[in-house]
Amino acid sequence: MKSLTTRLAVGIAAALLVSSMAFAQTLRWARSGDSLTLDPHAQNEGPTHTLAHQIYEPLLHRDMAGQITPALATSWKALDDNPNVWRFQLRKGVTFHDGATMTADDVVYSFERAMKPTSAMKELLTSVKEIRKVDDYTVDFETNGPNPLLINNLTNLFVMDSDWAEKNGASNPQDVAAGETTFASQNTNGTGAFMLVSRTPDQKTVLKANPNYWGKGEFPLQVSEIIYTPIQSAATRVAALLSGEVDFIQDVPVQDLKRVSGQSGLKVVTAAQNRVIFFGMNVGDSDIESDNVSGKNPFADIRVRKAMNMAINRDAIKKVVMREQASPTNVIMPPFVNGWNQQLDAVPANDVATAKKMMQEAGYSDGFSVTLNCPNDRYINDEAICQAAVGMLGQIGIKVNLDAKPKAQHFPLIKNKTTDFYMLGWGVPTFDSHYIFNFLVHTTTENRGSWNGTRYSNPALDTKIVALESETDLDKRNGIIADIWRQVQADQIYLPIHNQVLNWGMKDNVQFDVQPEDQPHFKYLTFN
Amino acid sequence: MLFIIARRLLQAFVVLLLVALVAFTIFRFIGDPVESLLGQEATVADRQALIDRMGLNDPIPVQYLRFVGNAIRGDFGISYRTAEPVSALIAERLPATLELAFVSALFAIALGTLLGIYTAIFRHGFTAHAIMSSSLIGVSLPTFLIGVLLIWLFAVELGWLPSFGRGETVQIGFWSTGFLTASGLKSLILPAITLGLYQMTLIMRLVRAEMLEILRQDFIRFARARGLPERMVYFGHALKNTMVPVITVAGLQLGAIIAFAIITETVFQWPGVGLMFINAVFFVDIPVMSAYLLLVGTVFVVINLIVDLLYLVIDPRLRDGQLKRQTV
Repeated sequence: MKSLTTRLAVGIAAALLVSSMAFAQTLRWARSGDSLTLDPHAQNEGPTHTLAHQIYEPLLHRDMAGQITPALATSWKALDDNPNVWRFQLRKGVTFHDGATMTADDVVYSFERAMKPTSAMKELLTSVKEIRKVDDYTVDFETNGPNPLLINNLTNLFVMDSDWAEKNGASNPQDVAAGETTFASQNTNGTGAFMLVSRTPDQKTVLKANPNYWGKGEFPLQVSEIIYTPIQSAATRVAALLSGEVDFIQDVPVQDLKRVSGQSGLKVVTAAQNRVIFFGMNVGDSDIESDNVSGKNPFADIRVRKAMNMAINRDAIKKVVMREQASPTNVIMPPFVNGWNQQLDAVPANDVATAKKMMQEAGYSDGFSVTLNCPNDRYINDEAICQAAVGMLGQIGIKVNLDAKPKAQHFPLIKNKTTDFYMLGWGVPTFDSHYIFNFLVHTTTENRGSWNGTRYSNPALDTKIVALESETDLDKRNGIIADIWRQVQADQIYLPIHNQVLNWGMKDNVQFDVQPEDQPHFKYLTFN
Repeated sequence: MLFIIARRLLQAFVVLLLVALVAFTIFRFIGDPVESLLGQEATVADRQALIDRMGLNDPIPVQYLRFVGNAIRGDFGISYRTAEPVSALIAERLPATLELAFVSALFAIALGTLLGIYTAIFRHGFTAHAIMSSSLIGVSLPTFLIGVLLIWLFAVELGWLPSFGRGETVQIGFWSTGFLTASGLKSLILPAITLGLYQMTLIMRLVRAEMLEILRQDFIRFARARGLPERMVYFGHALKNTMVPVITVAGLQLGAIIAFAIITETVFQWPGVGLMFINAVFFVDIPVMSAYLLLVGTVFVVINLIVDLLYLVIDPRLRDGQLKRQTV
C-alpha cells in the first residue's frame, strides 16, 4: 500500500514536471561564430555583443526594429543650459544577477572602465570628458563640446556591478592583445533577462531566464533557456535546423533559403540589413601600380568612374548572384541611416553604350587592365559579386583581374593602402551618416579615415565632417550631411552595389523579427 | 640500438625546428592579426600602438627565436582570439580529436581487414566485385562531400544521428570523453565514418593485394597439401603474413587521421584541435597555428620513430644496418 502511494506520488511529480516543462520553452540557437569573451568591454564585435546583450544591458539599446529604446536608463536629454552635458535618469528597482541593486555608481564605474586603455569600446566614447553621479539614479555625461549623437554610441556599452568587478579583480577590461583572461572574461553578473549557466567557448553556452528581471510584463520573456552552439559550416548549420536539432539559426546561405522555407515546420524570416556593399577605387594617386597604363591613374578621371558606375548592372547581380536577396543602391549608406533618401538610393540606368562613349572621351577607348581585390569569406557571395563585376566592366573595355582572398588578408590591403580597386562592406552602428564620412570619406589621419582606401582627400569636406560632431541644431546638421553626400555622389569615389538582406531560419512556432544589425534579443521572442 | 634511437631523436628535433621555422615564416604572410584584434572603429594610432605592444615590429628571426625559446619551455604563447594559453587550448581540445581518431582508426582497420580478406578469398564473387567498385567512392570522393552526404542521409532525412557536435561529454580529470554517454557515442558515428572511410578502403585494398600475393606462395600450397582446414590456412597462415605491411601503413595512417581531421571536424563542428586550427586561420591566430603545426609534426615524428623501432624489433637484420646488402 505504501509503495502504491509512493508510486502515485512519483507519478504525479513526474506529470507535473512534464507539464511545467511544456511551459518552459528552451530555444536552441546556432550561428556561424561564437562570442570571443564574456567581458562586456574587451571586444567590439558582433557575435560578442549579441551574447552580451542577453546577459548585460546598456543604458539604451536598439530593439528588434533598430529603434533606440530605454533599457537601464528611462529617459535622457541634453541639459538646456549646457549642451555639453547629457543627463540620464536610471531605472529603479533593477538588480544584478547576484542580487545587488543597480545604481548610478555602477553606471559611472562601467563607463569609466569602458574608457580605459585596454577597452575595445573606448573609441565610441572619445568625445566623453567625464561621467558624474548626480544622485543614486541620475548620471551626467559631459562631452568635449556638444555631441548631439552621444546616445547613438551607447547602444553596446554594458553596465556591470562595480562591487562584483572590484571584488573579483576585474576593474580593467580584459587585455586581449596581451593574452589575458580575467574573472570577468569567464563569469558574468549582469542585469539582463538571461543568466549564464555554463559555457565552453566555441562549443556550447547555456543561459537561463533571470527570475528577477525588471522587464517582466513589459517583454514577452517566453524563452526559459537558451542553448547556443556555434556551427561554422553553413551546410551543417542548415542541416541542424532541417533535422530539428536547433530551433533558430542566423546566417542562412542564400542557396539554401528554398530548402529551409520549403520544409514543413520551418520558415525563413527576411529583412534588410544595416550593411552596404560597394567597390572603392584609388582616386587620389597620380599613377597606380596595378594597371597597365603608364604615368596615369585611370581612376583619377571622373569620367572613368562614372562610366564604371553605369556599366555595373545591379539588377543582374541581385537576380543572378544574390537570388533576389539584396536591394540595389547608388549610395554607400543603408536605408536606416540618418541622411538617407530615395533620391540618393535610386540606381542609375545600366547603359553600356553611354559608358563606352565616356571611356572614349576620357581617352580609354581601348580600355585598360587593373586588379580587383575581393574578400571571399566576409560578405554574402562576395567573390561571386566581384566575378559578375569583372564581366560587366569587361563590356566597357576594362579588363579586371580578380584577386579574391580571405578577409584576414583582404582587409589589411585596404588599411595599408596597397590596393587600388577593392570591395568593402560597411555597417553603420550609430545609424548616422557621420559614421560613414568619418571612416570612409575623411582624409586618412591619425584618428580619422582609417577605412578610406580611396586616397580621396577633400579638405573642405573634412572640415564639414568634423563640424558635424558638435552641431547641435539638427536641421542645420542634416543640411551639412546632405551637402557632404552631394559632393560624395558627384565625385563618385565609390561604386555602390547593394544593401545586404538578412535571413534567419526558425521553426514555425517561433515568432521573431529580424534585427537589422543581426542582433537577436531573445527577450522579445515569442512562441505560438 | 641506443645509438640508433639517439640518432633518430636528434633527427626528430631538427625536423621539428624546421617545421616551426616554416610555420612561422608562412604565417607572416597569411594576414594581419592586428586587424582582427581591433574593432571596426579603431584608428591608425590605435593600430600602431597595438603592433608595438605585440612586438610584431621586431625582425622575423627575433620573433622566431623568441617563439622557439618559449616553445622549448612548453610555452606556446597566448591565442590572439580567445586570449587563453595555447597549451591549455590544445589540452582541452585534444581529447575530442584523439577519441575521434581512435574510433576512425578502429573502424578503418577492423572493417578494412575484414573486407580485404573477404574480397581476396572470394575474389570472383559478385559481392566482392560490388565491394571493390563501391570502395572507389571512399578513395575518390572528397571528405567534406562524404560528410555532407552522411549528414543529409542520416541526420536530415532519417533523423537517426546528430548532425553536429560531440553530444554530452563526461569529464574525467583533464580528459573529456564522449564514450560514456549515449549521445556522445551517437555523435561519434558519422564523423568517424567520414574520417576513416579513405583509410578503410586503403587498408582493404592493401590487405586484399597482400592476401592474393601470399595465397600464391608455396607454403600456402604446402599447408593445403597437409590437409589443414581452409580457415586455418587463411587466418592462421596467410593473414599473419599479410599483417606486417598492413601494420606499418595503419600506423602511419593513424598519424594522418589525427593530423588531417580538420575537414571532418569543420563539417561536423567537432570541437577538436582541427576546428581550433581552422578558427585560428580565419582569425590569423599565429600562436595557435604554429603550435598546431608543431603538434602535427610531433605526431608524425613520434609515429615514424615508433614504426622504425618496431622494424628493429620485428626484423633483426636491420639492427646492424645491413638493410642495403640484404634486400636489394
